[in-house]
Amino acid sequence: MKILMPYLTGGINPQWTEYLPAMAESGADWIEVGIPFSDPTLDGATIQEASTAALANGTTPQTVLDGLAASPVPVVVSTYANLALRKGFCTQLKDAGATGLIVPDLPLEEAPALEQEAADAGIELALLVSPATPPERAREIAARSRGFVYAVSSMSTTGERDHLPASALELAARLQADCPVLLGFGISQPEHAAAAAQVADGVIVGAAIMRRVLGGASPAEVGAYVASLRAALDTR
Amino acid sequence: MTMRTPARNGRFGEYGGRWVPESLVPACLAVAEAFEDAWADDGFRGQLAGLLARHVGRPTPSTPAERLSAELGVRVTLKREDLTHTGSHKINNAIGQALLAQRMGKRRLVAETGAGMHGVATATAGALFDLPVTVFMGEQDVERQSHNVFRMRYLGAEVVPVRSGSRTLKDATSEAMRHWVGATEEAHYCLGSVVGPHPYPWLVREFQRVIGDEARAQHPGTPDYVVACVGGGSNAAGTFAGFADTSARLVGVEAIGGSGATNGQVGVLHGSMSLFLQDEHGQIREAHSIAAGLDYPGVGPEHAYLRDLGRARYVAVGDDAAVAAAAQLARTEGIIPALESAHALAWVAEAAGTEELPAGSSVLVTLSGRGDKDIATLIARAEENVA
Repeated sequence: MKILMPYLTGGINPQWTEYLPAMAESGADWIEVGIPFSDPTLDGATIQEASTAALANGTTPQTVLDGLAASPVPVVVSTYANLALRKGFCTQLKDAGATGLIVPDLPLEEAPALEQEAADAGIELALLVSPATPPERAREIAARSRGFVYAVSSMSTTGERDHLPASALELAARLQADCPVLLGFGISQPEHAAAAAQVADGVIVGAAIMRRVLGGASPAEVGAYVASLRAALDTR
Repeated sequence: MTMRTPARNGRFGEYGGRWVPESLVPACLAVAEAFEDAWADDGFRGQLAGLLARHVGRPTPSTPAERLSAELGVRVTLKREDLTHTGSHKINNAIGQALLAQRMGKRRLVAETGAGMHGVATATAGALFDLPVTVFMGEQDVERQSHNVFRMRYLGAEVVPVRSGSRTLKDATSEAMRHWVGATEEAHYCLGSVVGPHPYPWLVREFQRVIGDEARAQHPGTPDYVVACVGGGSNAAGTFAGFADTSARLVGVEAIGGSGATNGQVGVLHGSMSLFLQDEHGQIREAHSIAAGLDYPGVGPEHAYLRDLGRARYVAVGDDAAVAAAAQLARTEGIIPALESAHALAWVAEAAGTEELPAGSSVLVTLSGRGDKDIATLIARAEENVA
């Protein structure tokens, strides 16, 4: 069984928590919920727009955390270092029911700032590898990552792309980790998911979902899209 | 000595570091390694010094401001970065980084800009080194600095307006970093201030220390005070670097609406841990200043460190005081300063004769740039005041 982790920007609209059970019922194993940050430097246009919209709705880290209980499956929170480094953040995540944390601007050298706090709070801090990461460094990242390893598919920001780049498959194939390797960035079509599943333990899908949510898609419509990804992962 | 080479983790005390996506880590390491190597190479230093002399017009003079000094009751000397080619200190860093990019075998330059001075400087260096240049600039700055947009394009650079967030320097920097993620193989990111991930705060300070080194050699004795404006803080860092080991008191002057060092809290933005204006939830606040180059919600990590050490002091002045100080310098010395530099002058004018800056003190003020780019802003303000 491959792991499917769709992403949702917390607070994107007043009904945002309804997307969580819809995605879970459609085959999401885990859900990544983003706490919007004012300056999302690793995000492309779609998630930038979602973050700006969520903040304009009055979304705060606490309002997102308050909504996580709606998810029937484990939630991994993602947010930028400026928010993740605030005192007691990992404990707050644990209290809200989250299981893991992704911080895109926390490379290996800066990870000690959060690793201990996350471990003490019982939160799995997942680290990222990229196609530019040299092999030895990738091994260390894989060894220190908790919960899963986030393999970034291409040298780019988040966002949809026509093709899954060769760099993605090459990276996922060469990564050796004790925990699952999930491939993310640029995965938007069921066939991308199917191709990724050949080399990785699962996929993360963000911008393709947020484009639909920003376009007014209902939880059922987003659920149908998640189901199409699930089917592609299962029928390889 | 408080302004030394940081360790390889790029820390200034707790500040600095390299808080970037994993995709940018190898590129940042490569820049650090290349700069370390170049800066230890007399050949590179000699090449840079030659370019700064022949193309930029260095050394710039230090000018005793006699009529201004008579009005204020303190002895003001101006370090004249306004007299450099392109009209601001930004050229010192842009030429240095272009030379470094060439040494690294990079084929193009990427930059962010606020007021447009760093963009113009990078466009100039790009032309000189035959490297294509892409400049990211907030849409609001594109509007208020249209002359500089024209200059950049005239010099052959591509200017990309940034429409996200506050549409100023903060968002232009984010967009330049996003662009670099996809272009690390061929492009060098020519960051314009002492901000960002290691090695930039160190590298940019070193390329700007020519300001402080020259000023120190030119000044008769050690000045009592050394004052510079601070947005990200590159002209201040370069100036302070020349005086950190002297008895001079160092003062960085921010815009009230962009006062990261004066009113910010510890946080992480654009790759470094430093002081940033934030709301109670940790979202970065938008900065506001009449001087586009000071319109940044944070400050470089070394400034945060100098503040904590007590080696430098940071203060903030408002738009009106800066505009008045620009007018005073024009009237008394025949020099129209950039509105950024006018913030430094405004603090001197306010503090002169008080405990903060006792009468008779000698004060070195870095005039980071000239005011030509601000004429439209000054015209609009004059018209507002008439109406």
